[in-house]
Amino acid sequence: MRIADRGLIDRSRSVPFTFDGTRYSGFAGDTLASALLANGVQVVARSFKYHRPRGVYSAGSEEPNALVTVGVGGRQEPNIRATTQELYEGLEARSQNRWPSLGFDLLSVNDLAVPFLGAGFYYKTFMWPRAFWEKLYEPAIRRAAGLGALSQEHNTDIYEKAFAFCDVLVIGAGPTGLMAALTAARAGADVILADEDASMGGRLLGETEEVDGQPGHVWAADVVAELAAMPNVRLMSRTTVTGSYDHGTYGAVERVGHHRRRRPGLPLECFWRIVAKRTVLAAGALERPVAFRNNDRPGIMAAGAVRAYANRWGVSPGRAVTVFATNDSGHRTARDLMDAGVHIAAVIDSRHDAPDLPGVQLIKGGQVCDSQGRRGLESITVRRPSGEERIQTDCLAVAGGWNPSVHLTCHMGGRPVWRDDLLAFVPVEGAVAGLQAAGACNGAFSTAACLREGQSAGRDAAEALGYRGADAPLPEAEDDPYRTDRLWSVAGKGRAWLDFQNDVTVKDVKLAATENFRSVEHMKRYTTQGMAPDQGKNSNMSALAVLADATGREIPETGTTTFRPPFVPVSVAAMGAGGQGTGFAPERLTTSDVVSRDMGAPMIEAGLWYRPSFFPRKGEKTWRQSCDREVAMVRETVGVSDVSTLGKIDLQGPDVGAFLDFVYANRFSTVKPGRVRYGLMLREDGHVMDDGTTARLGEDHWLMTTTTAAAGEVVRHLEFVHQCHCPDMDMRFISVTEQWAQFAVAGPKSRDLLNGVLDVPLVAEDWPFMTCGPVSVMGVAGRLFRISFSGEHAYEIAVPARYGESLFKLLVEEAEAMGGGPYGMEALNVLRLEKGLITHAEIHGRVTAYDIGMQRMVSQAKDCIGKTMSERPGLMDRHRARLVGLKPVGAVKMITAGAHLYDKDADPVRLNHQGYVTSNCFSPTLDSVIALAFLHRGPERMGEVIRTVDHVRGIETSCEVVDPVFFDPEGGRARG
Amino acid sequence: MADLIAKTPLTGLLPFATSDLTCSELEFASITSVAPFRGQEEVVSEALKAQIGANFPKPGRTTGRAHARVVWSGRGQALVLGAAVEPIKGAAITDQTDAWACVALDGPGARDVLARLVPLDLRDGVFARGHAARTLIGHMHAVLMRTGPDRYGIMVFRSMARTLAHELKSAMEAVAARG
Repeated sequence: MRIADRGLIDRSRSVPFTFDGTRYSGFAGDTLASALLANGVQVVARSFKYHRPRGVYSAGSEEPNALVTVGVGGRQEPNIRATTQELYEGLEARSQNRWPSLGFDLLSVNDLAVPFLGAGFYYKTFMWPRAFWEKLYEPAIRRAAGLGALSQEHNTDIYEKAFAFCDVLVIGAGPTGLMAALTAARAGADVILADEDASMGGRLLGETEEVDGQPGHVWAADVVAELAAMPNVRLMSRTTVTGSYDHGTYGAVERVGHHRRRRPGLPLECFWRIVAKRTVLAAGALERPVAFRNNDRPGIMAAGAVRAYANRWGVSPGRAVTVFATNDSGHRTARDLMDAGVHIAAVIDSRHDAPDLPGVQLIKGGQVCDSQGRRGLESITVRRPSGEERIQTDCLAVAGGWNPSVHLTCHMGGRPVWRDDLLAFVPVEGAVAGLQAAGACNGAFSTAACLREGQSAGRDAAEALGYRGADAPLPEAEDDPYRTDRLWSVAGKGRAWLDFQNDVTVKDVKLAATENFRSVEHMKRYTTQGMAPDQGKNSNMSALAVLADATGREIPETGTTTFRPPFVPVSVAAMGAGGQGTGFAPERLTTSDVVSRDMGAPMIEAGLWYRPSFFPRKGEKTWRQSCDREVAMVRETVGVSDVSTLGKIDLQGPDVGAFLDFVYANRFSTVKPGRVRYGLMLREDGHVMDDGTTARLGEDHWLMTTTTAAAGEVVRHLEFVHQCHCPDMDMRFISVTEQWAQFAVAGPKSRDLLNGVLDVPLVAEDWPFMTCGPVSVMGVAGRLFRISFSGEHAYEIAVPARYGESLFKLLVEEAEAMGGGPYGMEALNVLRLEKGLITHAEIHGRVTAYDIGMQRMVSQAKDCIGKTMSERPGLMDRHRARLVGLKPVGAVKMITAGAHLYDKDADPVRLNHQGYVTSNCFSPTLDSVIALAFLHRGPERMGEVIRTVDHVRGIETSCEVVDPVFFDPEGGRARG
Repeated sequence: MADLIAKTPLTGLLPFATSDLTCSELEFASITSVAPFRGQEEVVSEALKAQIGANFPKPGRTTGRAHARVVWSGRGQALVLGAAVEPIKGAAITDQTDAWACVALDGPGARDVLARLVPLDLRDGVFARGHAARTLIGHMHAVLMRTGPDRYGIMVFRSMARTLAHELKSAMEAVAARG
């Protein structure tokens, strides 16, 4: 119901919206909750477990009941708090957890089954049979109990992440936060003021009190305007600080697009990481409920919220309002509503010595002990020493006292301390380094005290950073003392709710204590009180007070449960912003990428790189056909392949030779300029790290290549070795991987092909196997390496990357004219397997040089990284699984990578395990499947027939153990 | 015989502009890494000064000006942007001209865009003109430098050019959409 002439809403702009398909209208400045209340919608949700009708309880992010779903399809977002959802034209909201409708919910039978559904019910009931839990019970329970659901469609909204830095972060823009920000900013500090509301001012927006002789919200608006004009201040509204972390880092979620129609490109939310040197926590306090029978009925609300709806949004949640108070907050609500012309049916104050309240029926020493109503509230039962009476009312405002919002001070392990004078926990000092709590969240409950503490905290923060300035003068404001009655729950039969969101009652907590879940943490888990999105905002204090009572302990002794981030729910989409789809990692593309894709090559990922897997030609239906053709092409004519992804490290200086001797297992200092050598690199633990060739370009100039996968790891390793083991070696190195586009040209016609692009033809005698040198490629300075990963007469030619695409095109054209063409990763793999050359499929991190038959490469004449460790007992044991080749000999011709090896007649079980297959392929050259494998005592077992068993795919194959070099074992083709 | 055709890393990907901001490819005639050998820091700095008019920068800094800028790029290492560098005795020098995708982000709000991608404090007093950093742009290793009040230079590996353009465009659009 709207109240005339009240509120900070813009009545000139009406805003249509729908709730559960029904059209309503509100005003600009409304939240969904205030608009629903204005339209007389009392039931907005069904409860989590019992499916009881629920209404709006609060006016902030602590709302336990009014959770709705906004949007449809991929944009459907569940569990939006109606109390923070700003109204905008076209807003479509729906209630949750009900079927078929909010008014008639079949699962409300749960509410009739109450005697059985107490805490621990599921644990006790669905124990047997055990297998039914996952298949039957849990899915059924999850469907019945719960909050909103996702649409299961792809989320099309945009989210972002961002970083912010400041001297002083002020969390909360109520009187405390505004004063702190103003003081710190005037002193010159860089200030970020973050507040979760759309407008800054905090409780001042919901109260009628004056600050500095003017309405509180006007004072707040003036301060905000001053702050907005200061260059050193950044105002972040709609931004909830959700967690505190190490070194002054805070997480915060900003609702960027939630409050308006979708605008193209506009993110829905932004997840901020704010780094602050000092922080003032001015998070305020939350008004707690009092538990009594049926206190969850729609129409029963927090007293502070009821007057906020009246004062800020011009809405009265009822026509005949009653108040149940343990402190003066209830009186304030009654006064404000009366001023607005709303009928106050009665004020029930639990204090016998409550102050008088002229003009209303005030029941001192009374308690509300029950409520009635079919869906919403119709009447309450009031108990006083003289007896019980019913009072007709459609809205009960409950003022149970204030709980300081200590959450952020607890995220780093701080435990709040009990103040008996306030009957509340307050932050322990120093709980978060650099953070000072001030105002209501620190237990200062009057506006004047908040302003004072804010000013002092703002000044302290600025001064700690060396900023000094005149204090902003302290405005006049109310300074009433705070006194609340010790009343957590009203005695009596029936269910009295503590935690509305998780449907936890006083009885549940008592049951937990009876069943010996006496620790507050155990009680929480047994009853689910304060869990999940709620994080104990409404119920923690009362629940632990009830637990303390039930276990005969004091409240401080009982303690609180742990408050964990986030303070309000943060969508995973916001935290992972930018990481959807390919945003997960950068894509590294070669210079030949576009050309390769144009030729129809499917790309495969190699680390972050994308490489062509094969180049299909017309008529080829399977990858195998293309691959076989490409292999034959390289063996018979010539093939071209982009090998730019391999790591290239340029090393210069007089000590490079010595350095290479130290990082490689074999010797490099003896390599002559113009020559290339294959090298094996060990990790410090003696296992193989990487392999590759290193070319000596000049006397003091070398070029190391690494595998694609280990390029980064090798650079890091070299840095470590240089900086930590041999800092005196005079040398420098840098990656040049990206500078050069490099192509393998392989096959009997490779030299002919190159001569077509080189300015000076190659003279055979000048370019024996494993040589290198500068070349001129159509006027461009390039490099040529006579190396081979295919076993053929082959080269790798490198040009600056800008010419990569052009050279690749040209090489492919020329190759095709010679009967060759490009080849992809599949063919490259077959070519190397036929030659028994290893990749990281073999050097997977658990093998030694001995295992791959390269023990002799570990030079005995010098030391190297990993040498001593590689000589440990066990690492050179002949029984180890060592590299061999395999060829099928039986009827089954298939060998799969990952298959395990067993003796011919052994049972294929773990105890009989003899090794495993690392790589396999069909070799068109040999017309056979071939594989590389690690086999116990492998090299001693040549000619033996063993069995490979792929338990996953169900393939068993008889194989002969053969030398891993299947093709051209003498290497004549590569040298020729 | 045909000629080899040169292609810049960001061909077809940039420029991109929103109402306030432009993001365009920076093309340097050359990029050269300079790493002084042991004890040669002074000598190399002097030689650089003589060649291109800019000293070897301190960590986290740039020296020189547009087309002859030297940016610190790591421990004992700097990149000379624009001006060609003749061999310097006492320093390891490599050609890196083609190794980097280089972008200029220019205009009011440039810092807001970077705040979406770079985890560094870029406030005026902390990251001023002439400052540089090895940092992250999204998930990419990058060299970041501030070359004007609202102008930043960004360099990532050439192979990541497309991802860089995508990340910058997305961040620019998101900032622009806030209006």
